[in-house]
Amino acid sequence: MNEQSRPESPGSTDADVAAVSERDVDVATHRVVDADGSVVDPEAVPDLADDRFLDLYRWMVLQRTFDERATKLQRRGLLGTYASGQGQEASIIGSAFALTDDDWIFPYGREAGALLMHGLSMRDLLLYWRGVEDASRMEGANVFGFAISIGSHIPVATGKAWGQKLDGSDAVSFVNLGDGATSTGAFHEGINFAGVLGVPAVFFTQNNQYAISMPFEEQTAADTVAQKAIAYGMDGIRVDGNDVLAVYNAVATARERALAGDPVLVEAVTYRRAAHTTSDDPTRYREDEEVEEWERRDPVERYRSFLADRGLLEAVDEEAIREEVSELFDEAVAAADAYPERDVAELFRYVHAEPTPELERQLEEFRDLLDRRPEMHDHIEHRPKG
Amino acid sequence: MQATIIEAINDALHEEMASDDRTVVFGEDVAESGGVFRATEGLLEEFGEDRVLDTPLSEIAIVGAAIGLAAHGYRPVAEIQFSGFLPPAFDQLVTNASRIRWRTRGEITAPMTVRTPYGAGVRALEHHSESLEAAYGHIPGLKVAIPSTPADAKGMLTSAIRDPDPVLFMEPKHVYRSFREEVPEGEHTTPLGEAAVRREGRDVTVIAWGAMMHNTLEALAELPDVDAEVIDLRSISPLDRETVVESVRKTGRCVVVHEAAKSGGFAGELIATINDEALAYLEAPVRRVTGFDTPVPLLSMEDYYIPHPPRIEEAIAETVEY
Repeated sequence: MNEQSRPESPGSTDADVAAVSERDVDVATHRVVDADGSVVDPEAVPDLADDRFLDLYRWMVLQRTFDERATKLQRRGLLGTYASGQGQEASIIGSAFALTDDDWIFPYGREAGALLMHGLSMRDLLLYWRGVEDASRMEGANVFGFAISIGSHIPVATGKAWGQKLDGSDAVSFVNLGDGATSTGAFHEGINFAGVLGVPAVFFTQNNQYAISMPFEEQTAADTVAQKAIAYGMDGIRVDGNDVLAVYNAVATARERALAGDPVLVEAVTYRRAAHTTSDDPTRYREDEEVEEWERRDPVERYRSFLADRGLLEAVDEEAIREEVSELFDEAVAAADAYPERDVAELFRYVHAEPTPELERQLEEFRDLLDRRPEMHDHIEHRPKG
Repeated sequence: MQATIIEAINDALHEEMASDDRTVVFGEDVAESGGVFRATEGLLEEFGEDRVLDTPLSEIAIVGAAIGLAAHGYRPVAEIQFSGFLPPAFDQLVTNASRIRWRTRGEITAPMTVRTPYGAGVRALEHHSESLEAAYGHIPGLKVAIPSTPADAKGMLTSAIRDPDPVLFMEPKHVYRSFREEVPEGEHTTPLGEAAVRREGRDVTVIAWGAMMHNTLEALAELPDVDAEVIDLRSISPLDRETVVESVRKTGRCVVVHEAAKSGGFAGELIATINDEALAYLEAPVRRVTGFDTPVPLLSMEDYYIPHPPRIEEAIAETVEY
């Protein structure tokens, strides 16, 4: 290269070069019920029977109660680290309400109510948080394993949806993810590939404003998550994540488009009022005032206003719902406590379809050691039931 | 000063940032909240946001950007919050960090440190408890260091940051706060690539690293009649073959302890080294006490997986009596 041939001021030109910019994109936020509880657009209210509107409310209360009780259980040392969905009830429940039992959910951790609605037993959900492997069978529900490694499930869901497409199935793969996951390579690759394949997948981002301590505005220079869909040639939907009816509309729409061969990225704008997990102390990185501001936008209260407007609130027996859910929780704890005594052999099962001779040998030697050396148990906190 | 491992790491970071303003610390939740284990506490306040940064949730970008920043002349110290989240960035370690000096014939280098807590025993969620040091140790050009004491944590981290090449610094999180010991104040370096003989002995050589060092010492406390030589390997790569071989030639017996799965674990490399250079001195087969060839179990049964003192004790006793 000949340096002499370069212009004197590199990088300077008078040409008007066109660029595509996020400033040119108007990302509207879908909303049915305003923060003050009034209906923004009566036409947008989903066409649901009254008892379905009431069901929706019960599920939101269930989500909140489960989170409260599970967090307390953890505090008492009866549950492992727990990730609460407090503040995100509308996003969690409204999205699950738009799915069918045949759809597959790829969970990210905070969506207890969605998984229970999808058929998972409350006992198994508690056993999962107690660190019991068996719970990850997700028996009775089309639920994949929790994506504890953030974003790792996104390309997997693309593959599952690919299979659904090849089968000619009328079910979708529905992925829950957080705003943090949108910064991973797996997000980009998984969603891009879904767009290329045209598979029935819905990527549902619960933008709860924080990835542990990282606020959304520092997570990405992009204004929204929804606009990222454009880069993959997909549709993006941005929705008020504290408006359960809007979330329902958004996911129902996305699901239909996905089944028609157009996967969709949905962004539900909400707020994580709880700590990241029970191991986290959010006072280190955010102000109480901010949390209080979002408390005033409480999704459960907002939906109550809607129900009141519609004359349905009188049909709600708040006390009865809370009591019912609490009883379910008590029963689930009792069932988890009564989980059959476990055996060390389960560590060695399912590594492969058939255990290798080496694995058999390791198990046999270990059993022998446990028999011969009872003091091994001084080092093992025995949690046979989790 | 008396310090735990985590306090010693924090101290090393403070010292290095103060002594070399090219040192930049970044990773998820390291700045504003001081790290999920508080390893980086106080750095943001002292050194400002240009040098202490919270990053997006992007392991590939964290490690990749550390390489580029290092190549530009800075001294990046990147944190991967849990080693279980490092695999996406394995590509950057293999493809770029480990071979940049080699492929550019020394023109471009990556003097960077990636810190990451590893190992089981803290009741964490899935993917938080792995020990994959052998996998990283298998990458030519990448140094892999694992301290087991507070003084070494400070000294080795300081050396890692000053090292002219990339270092993966794996921190045994199970013993982050288990005990305090005297840690030198001010500048303190511990050479990388050198094992430490923690205890001299004639009957058997016991090699361990990280949290397993402590289980090993506990096991030996139950064997007062065994005069064991204890080696804290400290460095997976480069491997201090000399210390290992010299010791085994002296004792004629050896047990290797690691938390990682047995098959393909680093004990295999150590045993092969002994086979190469000390076979004729052996009076017993070299034993290994390791994790099982399974994923690390979830929290309810993770204790079963960890090589506890009685397992180690039996292997040592059998090797001595062989």
